[in-house]
Amino acid sequence: MTKLHIETEINGEPSEFLCEGQQSLLDVLRDELGLTGTKEGCTTGDCGACSVMLDGRLVPSCLVLAAEAQGRRVDTIEGVATGEKLHPIQQKFLEHAALQCGICTPGLIVATRALLEKNPDPTETEARYFLAGNLCRCTGYDKIIRAVLDAAAELRGEAA
Amino acid sequence: MLSSRYEAPETIADAVALLAADADAKVIAGGTDLLVQLRLGADAPSAFVDIKRIPELHQLEIDGDGLRCGAAVPAAELFENEQVRNLWPGLAEATDLIGSSQIQGRATWSGNLCNASPAADSVPALIAVGAQAVIASPGGERTVPVEDICTAPGKNILASDEIVARFIVPAPAPRSSDAYLRLIPRSEMDIAVVGASVSLTLDARGTVTAARVALGAVAPTVLLVSEAANALIGSSLDDAALDAAAAAASAAANPIDDKRGTVAYRKQIAGVLTKRAARIAYDRAQERG
Repeated sequence: MTKLHIETEINGEPSEFLCEGQQSLLDVLRDELGLTGTKEGCTTGDCGACSVMLDGRLVPSCLVLAAEAQGRRVDTIEGVATGEKLHPIQQKFLEHAALQCGICTPGLIVATRALLEKNPDPTETEARYFLAGNLCRCTGYDKIIRAVLDAAAELRGEAA
Repeated sequence: MLSSRYEAPETIADAVALLAADADAKVIAGGTDLLVQLRLGADAPSAFVDIKRIPELHQLEIDGDGLRCGAAVPAAELFENEQVRNLWPGLAEATDLIGSSQIQGRATWSGNLCNASPAADSVPALIAVGAQAVIASPGGERTVPVEDICTAPGKNILASDEIVARFIVPAPAPRSSDAYLRLIPRSEMDIAVVGASVSLTLDARGTVTAARVALGAVAPTVLLVSEAANALIGSSLDDAALDAAAAAASAAANPIDDKRGTVAYRKQIAGVLTKRAARIAYDRAQERG
């Protein structure tokens, strides 16, 4: 069977790829397009490591068919920084040492950006609930939440 | 591995025609159950029929008649909608409990219903508010109360060439509201041990004139428990009425023993959550005035 030819937009750039009908967007991002910043964790939507934005909505890319990206907009961790300049969320994750092994980090940063776009001033509880689908087995979450709230303050233009 | 076709019809007629022509094709809305089943070893379907390219299935309209919600609307869009939260707070809170933020970007009411898990969070809430599902097939449409859709775990009344196209939720009467409560062993991201949804309508003096009680995860399908509702109707939610409703809920529950809870525990919790959800719905109905 011939492969599907999909035209989409990834991180603001037109992009095209070939895929099988049952292939996930995660597989195509990593294996066909070389965008390995998006991580594979569970592949069943439980861990959040593969979080990306699809037409502006936070989704687990393991539970999106690659073919669904036709004509849509995909935003991944690779599009979060501006060239060499880190996004404030990335900078705060570094400053707060909010990572150890790093597998959960891209998904957490993508999800945090989605949170702060909708809610620029979340309470700690709101941040914890919103990010509950991003599992981290290293940090115990405390540093992550501190980084998220500090990044939110910076993005609001407030000194933390 | 054989490759699955990917079909993206742009009309309901084309979607059901594709399904009618291929009994092994599967509908994909959010994919949060279907693709998980594939990852866990189920055979890939001959084709995925993606219903998200059908514009009318993204309809989300609220007016004096109530809500019409297309089958492709994701959970996140529903509970972000202020009117949905104000008019059906219990339905909104049940929708907000489905999986994680990521899952809610994909998951739909239609998928939550058609997957036919007895523990689905949105289903008791849809039943409590009297929602109906409009089922489309090549022959036309039929409208079915949500409580009549599922027949057993993983089974529903839909033929292989049918889809749930949309939901119709009637506008709440004056002094009406609803509430959904779910017990899980942790604070987030888990499957219901018991879920209970209650919707109530009050008269000007605070007497319950109409009630619906629905229970999840305590039987092969979500239960609409009229005995519990009847125990609340005519009362002003005094302790005797609440105790009678709780006893009726516990009696109606027919759960299984599993790692999430025993039969005895689930039956008791069904009563406790019914009582608590009724109190919340009552307070909200009074506030709405």
